Amino acid sequence: MQTTADKKKIKAKYSEETYATWYETMLRIRRFEEKTLLMYSQQKIRGFCHVYIGQEAIAAGLKTALRPEDCMVTAYRVHGLALMKGLTSRECMAELYGKDTGCVRGKGGSMHFFSKEHKFFGGNGIVGAQIPIGAGIAFAEKYNKTDNICVTLFGDGAARQGALHETFNMAMNWKLPVLFICENNQYAMGTSVARTSNVTDMVKIGLSYDMPSEQVDGMRPEVVHEAVSRAAEHIRSGKGPYYLEIKTYRYRGHSVSDPGLYRTKEELEYYKTLDPIGMLEHSFKETGLLPDERVLEIQESIKDEIEDAVQFAEESPWPSPEELYIDNYVERDYPFMKD
Amino acid sequence: MSRILTLRDALREAMVEEMRLDPTVFLMGEEVAAYNGAYKVSKGMLDEFGPERVIDTPIAELGFAGIGVGAAMNGLKPIVEFMTWNFAVLAFDQIVNNAAKTMSQSAGQFGCQIVFRGPSGAAGQLAQQHSQTFEAWMGTVPGLKVISCTDPADAKGLLKSAIRDPNPVCMMESEVFYGEKGEVPEGEYLVPIGKAIVRKEGSDVTLVSFNKQVKTCMLAAAELEKEGISAEVIDLRTIRPLDIETVIQSVKKTNRIVVVDESWPMFGVSAEVAYEIQKYAFDYLDAPVTRINAADSSLGYSHIYVDEYMPNPSRIIKGVKEVMYIKR
Repeated sequence: MQTTADKKKIKAKYSEETYATWYETMLRIRRFEEKTLLMYSQQKIRGFCHVYIGQEAIAAGLKTALRPEDCMVTAYRVHGLALMKGLTSRECMAELYGKDTGCVRGKGGSMHFFSKEHKFFGGNGIVGAQIPIGAGIAFAEKYNKTDNICVTLFGDGAARQGALHETFNMAMNWKLPVLFICENNQYAMGTSVARTSNVTDMVKIGLSYDMPSEQVDGMRPEVVHEAVSRAAEHIRSGKGPYYLEIKTYRYRGHSVSDPGLYRTKEELEYYKTLDPIGMLEHSFKETGLLPDERVLEIQESIKDEIEDAVQFAEESPWPSPEELYIDNYVERDYPFMKD
Repeated sequence: MSRILTLRDALREAMVEEMRLDPTVFLMGEEVAAYNGAYKVSKGMLDEFGPERVIDTPIAELGFAGIGVGAAMNGLKPIVEFMTWNFAVLAFDQIVNNAAKTMSQSAGQFGCQIVFRGPSGAAGQLAQQHSQTFEAWMGTVPGLKVISCTDPADAKGLLKSAIRDPNPVCMMESEVFYGEKGEVPEGEYLVPIGKAIVRKEGSDVTLVSFNKQVKTCMLAAAELEKEGISAEVIDLRTIRPLDIETVIQSVKKTNRIVVVDESWPMFGVSAEVAYEIQKYAFDYLDAPVTRINAADSSLGYSHIYVDEYMPNPSRIIKGVKEVMYIKR
């Protein structure tokens, strides 16, 4: 009989630390989002709210494949990627509460998390608007002659926007250091990919611009990690953009108000068997890649972290009403019309 | 010392001077580089600064405006040229939803130092889609600043201020006035954003306008002078923030005001000026505020329609006589 250590020797493609990072990143997002839904149901959180549950393996793969100096911009399903990029559970939960201690002082809410420190450029609420912005962020990196890349994420719905096609064209023409990622969760709100286009193989969109394009399984962090690493290396070498269609699935509705009636129970149940967190936990048990005690330790610390984040948000002060006018303009004495 | 320059040359000087000073400033747009600019505003700039800083784009206003916004969020200072503001409508998502809101959304973490510039307003027989004004459209948006000026010296100083301004600025120029000449000072100078200027002093009535209609006001004022009516002409120069104080001071002196605005009448710059004046100079008014606008209609092609549509000196004179209760 093989011992746990023997299994590890045979199977481990990555270090224990890497597996721990993937697991911790995914679990943090899952628990944060579950708590978000709970707090939403208690009306502590308001407004539009889109959770990332089911898509966590993409964030995990990105976490280990990117450098901290790399930039990122995404759409309004932003919590998971923001947490991955380094924003704290505290500042994110406080933002959902609309508190002054939120990552953007209660000004952005669920859709608009930003962090200059972590080169996280939002949180964009207009479907597809972040695609040219991501290319522009990459433009600046190239202009400044860095070898940083900008990861620009969007959903399958945004892929039908004109902004994507204009941007893919220019990004290729100008060889911008941008990694485009379509997080294809198969539904643009309630409309399936097949109902909006004859081209359901979304990877083909990149090919029309001669952009290196790959289709990737988005339920396994190591697969995402490897694809992003390949793409990042290509981009850093100055060859221009790369496009990944990462196939994923969201277990919850498009937003908190969506009961998801457009898909069958069977479909949802099928995808739950592919739960990236469940699959990773299962493989830990099978292979011992991450010892049981380490798994437990991560589970406990994430549980504490999320509880602490909620307490922090609860106890944080509200912003002052005058803060409304701050940050519309750089100058503090802008003459607003107040009558 | 000063020289006589066209508006296009003055605008180019502003961009060239700022690009020499600051390597993070660059120009992008349709035909700005190899073609030397659709209206030759950027003539010679590709030769001086090279293709990394003077960049031809495909015809994709939404896309290149968004790339500009992203570059600005990441620390560069783009000048985005639109061949006309009519085409910028395609990019309004990026201007209104992103450039104007990035700083607020990010609670001040990400600014957006960017200039969107190009001609606004009617330019002859260009018909419905190429003749609109956009000062009011952009001027209503918190987060943006809006300049609309065709005086070569002031336009140069304002564009330099716009390029240095840490906020997104929309600069409205004029196709038909790119060749308009004026005295432009030698050497370095700036014109502050948000300050109107009195182009001609007068005592009987205040004419307030911006962009090329300031010239129409000047022509009307010269005609009125012959009839013994002294008109003061104010060029707003900036639409947002609006320097209403200069207008109020003038109305306190003249007690009568006609606002001349090439925008359509409803919900425009003239409506805002009229509101401010009734609010802050009510006791000084000897007549209701009157306005001369473009017709409340899309502009047809025939010169007959153009004449019917546009403000002109005789319509302004009629408005002046209305506020002065002169019946002839």
